Amino acid sequence: MPIYLANRVFHALLVLLAVSFIVFFIMYKAGDPVELLLPPDATQKQVEDLRAHLGLDRPFHVQYAAFLRNALGGDVGRSYIYNQSALEVVLERLPATLELASAAMILAVALGIPLGMLASLRPRSWSSRFIMFFSLAGISVPTFWTGMILILVFAVQTGLLPSSGRADVGLFGSFFTLQGLRYLILPAATLCLFQLALVLRLTRSGMMEVLLQDYIKLARAKGLPERAVLMVHALKNTLIPVITIIGIQFGELIAYTIVTETIFAWPGTGKLIIDSIQNLDRPVVLAYLMTVAVIFVGINLVVDVVYTFVDPRVRVH
Amino acid sequence: MAVAGSAVLAMMILASVLAGWIAPQDPYDLAVLRLEDSFKPPGPPFLLGADSQGRDIFSAILYGLRVSLFVGLASTVLSLFMGVLAGLASGYFGRPLDTLVMRVADVQLSLPVFLIALVIMAVWGQGVLNIIVAISVANWVYYARTARGMVLAEKERDYVQAARAEGQSALSVMFTEIAPNIMAPVIVIATVRIANAILLEATLSFLGLGVPITRPSLGSLISRGYEVLFSGYWWMSVFPGVALMVLVLSINLMGDRLRDVLNPRLKR
Repeated sequence: MPIYLANRVFHALLVLLAVSFIVFFIMYKAGDPVELLLPPDATQKQVEDLRAHLGLDRPFHVQYAAFLRNALGGDVGRSYIYNQSALEVVLERLPATLELASAAMILAVALGIPLGMLASLRPRSWSSRFIMFFSLAGISVPTFWTGMILILVFAVQTGLLPSSGRADVGLFGSFFTLQGLRYLILPAATLCLFQLALVLRLTRSGMMEVLLQDYIKLARAKGLPERAVLMVHALKNTLIPVITIIGIQFGELIAYTIVTETIFAWPGTGKLIIDSIQNLDRPVVLAYLMTVAVIFVGINLVVDVVYTFVDPRVRVH
Repeated sequence: MAVAGSAVLAMMILASVLAGWIAPQDPYDLAVLRLEDSFKPPGPPFLLGADSQGRDIFSAILYGLRVSLFVGLASTVLSLFMGVLAGLASGYFGRPLDTLVMRVADVQLSLPVFLIALVIMAVWGQGVLNIIVAISVANWVYYARTARGMVLAEKERDYVQAARAEGQSALSVMFTEIAPNIMAPVIVIATVRIANAILLEATLSFLGLGVPITRPSLGSLISRGYEVLFSGYWWMSVFPGVALMVLVLSINLMGDRLRDVLNPRLKR
């Protein structure tokens, strides 16, 4: 078991290294930020001076080596635009994004699993069919459109909820204040829809397969109350693959906050990355991608470990 | 339901192909547009309203459907091709090719698909070809992994051994013997990913990182609607979105039914 863990950690680090290389390479090729930073009438000498000052005139491997060395110390360069450590710029905005992402995930799981279970019990009933149709619609709509429709209905036409921004509350404060929740609910609902539908469908198909298994028949034959049969035996086995998918999807969720934050002007990393891409603010893009990679790889690692605890079959290999 | 879905899908495909003939207005012919038509709400002659430059939304949707369908289909086919090829080679030839391909796949899977496509488009710039390749690159892994798994299983089967004993070359065995037998799950994956590809393109175009504005897809149309969202011109956002939703929904309906039929574990 410890060997397995060490293996996974090593693997994760390898992946991060590869990602850093690819990301750095792409941004290196992406364009020359120096041109953008100076006014159009800057002299050639000024351009070269700035380039040297930013260290952009050194050969690729030198720049990459310097990048790695600094990165391990937590320094991924200074943002060209904000003139702050790029990592700082990203980390400042990360809590807002995590707030949004976790709200969406909680909603998706809290609603998706029960609904999925419900839909699996009597697959041909009207309620099940309705739930399934709704879930199908949920994975058929792009996130940005859901957001726009919600804005139209709740903000523009009825003025019930604010259409953009975030309440001026502290770290993760949106969960605990009414004001905060008012700003949080629309973007969270938008972001969660796809995941909710996904979790719902997975739970349902998983349950339907599990309910056909012999051990369920055995549990019923033993005389266990239906509730125990469902919640203990069936659900536990269904959740194993569902948990893995949820873990992986959290990473995609964080990526999709880019879209949601843009629509709702939510002050998180998503908005930051779009702006930084357009401004060719290379260090910030690098810092963001590395942060996302770390989060994603970290989650996968955690899911792997949890998996070994939850599914005893994995330990045997 | 699935039958209805297929019918709707067929209708939409037909409509987009025939867009040139059935659209009341060619939205890209600048000579036809009249600025005084701008922002007209739905009503004749603008069935679904007009946009900021007097373009008929209904026509724009028809042409946009074309782009969305084309990009979605092309990128799915391309990534299927790339992925199956990689999976075949990886599974058949074993190490060291297998290790290399799987490592690359691992690295790629460690990042969200959307992010990969976004970064590629951000670096490369807008363009129909660009986005097709970007989406394909982001998605090939799913096909590769499945194909490889299947190949590893099929490799030991009798018909493969027989073909090798007959003296067939590796390439020939791979393509003529093994490939046809692994396509079933691959097709299933494709039916899932194609909807994903269409939505991915729509999202990227919405952000301005997709198809160029000269050939707008449904995503680009919605983004134009977003700009005027607060002014109350709801038809610019709602209708293209509904079109997109119906398109993807019908694809998913068909795909769902297909998967239910093919899933061996649901048969008692």
